[in-house]
Amino acid sequence: MSENTISEVRVAAGEQTPRARSFADHPLVQLTLVRFLEFIREPEAIFWVFAFPILLAAGLGIAFRNRPAEVLKIAVVSPELAQSLQREKLLDVQTIDESAAQEALRNGKVALVALPGAGGTVEYRYDDTNPEGRAARLLADRAIQTAAGRTDPVATSDQFMREPGSRYIDFLIPGLLGMNLMGSAMWSIGFAIVDARRKKLLKRLVASPMPRAYYLISFLLSRILMLVVEVGVLVGFGALFFHVPVRGSLLVLSSLCVLSSLAFCALGLLLASRVKTIEAASGLMNVVMMPMWIASGVFFSSQKFPGLMQPFIKMLPLTAVIDALRANMLQGANLSHMMPQVGIILFWLVICFALALKLFRWR
Amino acid sequence: MLAGNFQSALRVSQLRKSYKDVLAVDGLDIEVRAGECFGLLGPNGAGKTTTVEICEGLTDPDSGDVEVLGMRWSSDASKLRQRLGIQLQDTQLSEKLTVYETVRLCRSFFAQGAEASEVIARVQLDEKKNSRVGDLSGGQKQRLALACALVGDPDFLFLDEPTTGLDPQARRQLWELIEEFKKSGRTILLTTHYMDEAERLCNRVAIVDHGKEIALGSPRELIASTCAEHVVEFTAGSASHALDVSALRRIAGVREVHTENDAVLLQVSELHTAVPALLAELTRQNVPLTEFRTHSATLEDVFVTLTGRRLRDE
Repeated sequence: MSENTISEVRVAAGEQTPRARSFADHPLVQLTLVRFLEFIREPEAIFWVFAFPILLAAGLGIAFRNRPAEVLKIAVVSPELAQSLQREKLLDVQTIDESAAQEALRNGKVALVALPGAGGTVEYRYDDTNPEGRAARLLADRAIQTAAGRTDPVATSDQFMREPGSRYIDFLIPGLLGMNLMGSAMWSIGFAIVDARRKKLLKRLVASPMPRAYYLISFLLSRILMLVVEVGVLVGFGALFFHVPVRGSLLVLSSLCVLSSLAFCALGLLLASRVKTIEAASGLMNVVMMPMWIASGVFFSSQKFPGLMQPFIKMLPLTAVIDALRANMLQGANLSHMMPQVGIILFWLVICFALALKLFRWR
Repeated sequence: MLAGNFQSALRVSQLRKSYKDVLAVDGLDIEVRAGECFGLLGPNGAGKTTTVEICEGLTDPDSGDVEVLGMRWSSDASKLRQRLGIQLQDTQLSEKLTVYETVRLCRSFFAQGAEASEVIARVQLDEKKNSRVGDLSGGQKQRLALACALVGDPDFLFLDEPTTGLDPQARRQLWELIEEFKKSGRTILLTTHYMDEAERLCNRVAIVDHGKEIALGSPRELIASTCAEHVVEFTAGSASHALDVSALRRIAGVREVHTENDAVLLQVSELHTAVPALLAELTRQNVPLTEFRTHSATLEDVFVTLTGRRLRDE
């Protein structure tokens, strides 16, 4: 070979022992690192993923906190009645004349008016469709009858159940956790991919020797890393400030979160597989997520929807995720008790991922 | 051996590609010799980018054959990717990453090549190493794109309109970097619609128009073979005193006459005889001269001669 062609030069150079490359130089590590850096350099993303769910949980937790048993306001028109009623601690009794009492009842300032009738009888005036009115009627009647000398034939005692696990905040935290898993997975993967496609960055990456699967895997890896923080912050916040219980095993909870996140990543990938503009992507994501925000039981039980809709609601990925999270956190259920939900999540994961791989366009 | 010895870094034959009803590439043949800088010159929409992207294995042709570094995309894609340096037209790299992070990411995809910092130094972005990509100027972004193309120490560099939209200083800076790479004896395929860029950088140029090659050769050869050495451009006459253009063809030494709006372009072999003769002719016709200039013929003039249009038809 007389001609010194490029291929010979290259082969000669290739014979040198390749420099040992560190773990950090692996393309998958670099791609994941880049995902992570891009995320933390986006202040809005940090707010929506970390701060927003906490603010929401705090706000709703305060609004729906359990108050001490409420004292009902009632009005009486005779001092004698007032005397016997004042022994009942759950009633706030005021003595006023009849017309003023009638006026107070009409505009809801008192729940009930007690009037002395002819021959030692008592008349109660209240709105029987109003639970407060009915409660006031029972309390007032018991106080008057007891004062008049009634004795109860059966001795009773009260035990108050104000245990964590049955309050609104306990219902809410797993719901918010599910919603957050869905939102962060879908937005982060969907937006990043559509944006990279729009900027022709996807095409540039494909022109390099980057293994294509690594690009997608890097999203999943960075998502799982972020998940540790996301889930930790929300569950930790609930446990610390509202004593929301985590009764199930933490391992099951973590596995559930990872599985759910992967399923929503797959859904996000599917939605982003061909879209070329951010506007189209966000429209598509909202259309898909909106029904789940409403129907999947984030803020109120999905049981409130008609029975006819229940099979469809049960099949939504977010419903399955939230049901499983609640079962784990509030009832301490283990994996064998949430097989239907896990099955639904797996179903979405496999279907969306398979479809996404088939439809995905790099340009 | 990775591949057999080859004299041609790229061999493209009878390449065709159409998009819906547009025929982008219409039976193109290209041969790029190992070690040369080959230019695809043509106006926007001539099919340059489609051709290059087919050569880069990003687009499938409708028909035709492509052989890069003695290999084919159908069978040797991953081997080829390791040996090509690619810079695409208007790629926006992630704005939130720094220059170093970007180059390091690109470097991680290649089995060989210099350290990220070394490549950054080579494209003179040392000072910007830790700046966000979003804060770079257009020229700096293009140099970063070049760094990403050079990071795998490629045998063959593809540059698609590398200086489009840059200011003259940034363009010259990029040319120097490309010339630096040329000196190492590796091959470059460059597309451009700037004739000065092609003249400065390319050993050989193929002029393409409507997806077809209309001329091939070194810039000097092309200029010498298709047009005379000098171009005289002038405007003369008015509505009442129109210029008789046909008379100009009879002037000794005038090879070609083009009219463009009000201006007249003459290709002449010898300025010192043609210009006095032209002025005498104008005096004879009694039309006043309003503008007059001359320049040495360029690839732009070659394109005008071949197509009757300018390269940049805005």
